[in-house]
Amino acid sequence: MAAGESYPDDLRYNTEHDWARIDGDEATLGITWFAQDSLGELVHFEPPGDGDEIGKGGSYGEVESVKAVSDLISPLSGTVLEVNPKVVAEPETVNEDPYGEGWLVRIRLGDSSEADDLLDAAAYKTFVDEQ
Amino acid sequence: MQTLLRTPLYERHVALGARMVPFAGWEMPVQYEGVIPEHRAVRADCGVFDVSHMGRFEFEGPKVPAALQELLSNDIDKVGEGGAQYTLLTNERGGIIDDLIVYRVESGRFILIVNASNREADFDWILEHAGAGTDLRDKTEEFALLAVQGPSSLERLGLDDGTPFTWEMGEVAGIEVMVNRTGYTGEQGVELMVMTEDAVALWDAVVERGAKPCGLGARDTLRLEVCYPLHGNDIGPDTDAISAGLGWVCALDTEFTGVEELRRIKADGPEQKLAAFVMQDAGIPRQGMAIAEGGEVTSGSHSPMLDRGIGMGYVPAELAEPGTTLTIDLRGRPRKAEVVKKPIYKKET
Repeated sequence: MAAGESYPDDLRYNTEHDWARIDGDEATLGITWFAQDSLGELVHFEPPGDGDEIGKGGSYGEVESVKAVSDLISPLSGTVLEVNPKVVAEPETVNEDPYGEGWLVRIRLGDSSEADDLLDAAAYKTFVDEQ
Repeated sequence: MQTLLRTPLYERHVALGARMVPFAGWEMPVQYEGVIPEHRAVRADCGVFDVSHMGRFEFEGPKVPAALQELLSNDIDKVGEGGAQYTLLTNERGGIIDDLIVYRVESGRFILIVNASNREADFDWILEHAGAGTDLRDKTEEFALLAVQGPSSLERLGLDDGTPFTWEMGEVAGIEVMVNRTGYTGEQGVELMVMTEDAVALWDAVVERGAKPCGLGARDTLRLEVCYPLHGNDIGPDTDAISAGLGWVCALDTEFTGVEELRRIKADGPEQKLAAFVMQDAGIPRQGMAIAEGGEVTSGSHSPMLDRGIGMGYVPAELAEPGTTLTIDLRGRPRKAEVVKKPIYKKET
């Protein structure tokens, strides 16, 4: 079952349709409802390795549907602490629950001030509506 | 700015929420609900595809049987009235201008159903090489074509079983159709050719009877699982039928364009062969990816039935044997695949 469209208020977003949930000096990353809807049912998640350094605005992995491949663009820089094994095994989890069970990676933040550059839910929704 | 053609079913696709994409000059549905559920519906039950974008030619005249014997790789004399045949339009080098199905209507009257992307090239080639004293007409926009495919398709349409590669006139929901026992999914099914003005009524009746609307996305994954080549990906003017594994549609004892070259390739053995493979590692192969052992992927996707990456590609002939390990370059990551016997997906019986 695909999820209904939503953009939770407690997340921060970039214009590449990735989200971050910041919790102290850690963050969880994923892709937005808009991203998963555009791609269609996901069939593969190519994750980074544990301990990989990822840069803000850089690619940290890929997700693929039957027809399309999309780079994951990190909204923040940091070190990968954990990859979501459920999404590696069952990529369609992202379609079912993009902000919950369908999270992709957890990172230790490199620079917590970077979050200030990201969009809040209202600004991201405005951006999506213009697409 | 190019104007895209629309099939008579365009409004139906939009109303069903299809994602429309440009394809071979047409605006076509790539998916409705999603590629995977559509794919599974065809394997398990019944799906309907609007394939009205495919080119339809009528070719008529006493000289046409002889002309087709020279133009096409397969033996047209084996096709009687009411028969159909998968065949190739070949060039002088034995390359494949198009793959198509020819239907014999009468002794000297045929219908050719060709790929949308090659419609003009095919028409021009046939006209140039066999136009004199024959009547070749492009009837594409006078008809629509619906492929109804899947194990329950005949039951849902109320049609009797038929022999593959035959056709007859019939009725579905009171609408007169040409019932072609052909398809591109590896499943039982038919392709229904209908007058353009009846297309919407036929579509509605077929959907009403439980056929799931399916887009070009599922059409591609279905054909790849059963290793049907796609012209432009797996075969083309620079690839020959023998290397592509299509020797079975080449009557090398007849005299058609490029036959000498194909006889030579057959005698010498092809240097490369179109192999089918299944990914052993994670990841999805895509068209154009390099194969480390030689060659490249010509078609690649995710197989909904196997739930892993599958593909086809030309590899050195000695590596085309089932069981051979290939290394596919998945955007810089070397990933293992195993060559398998075609088709990749075979129904359990």
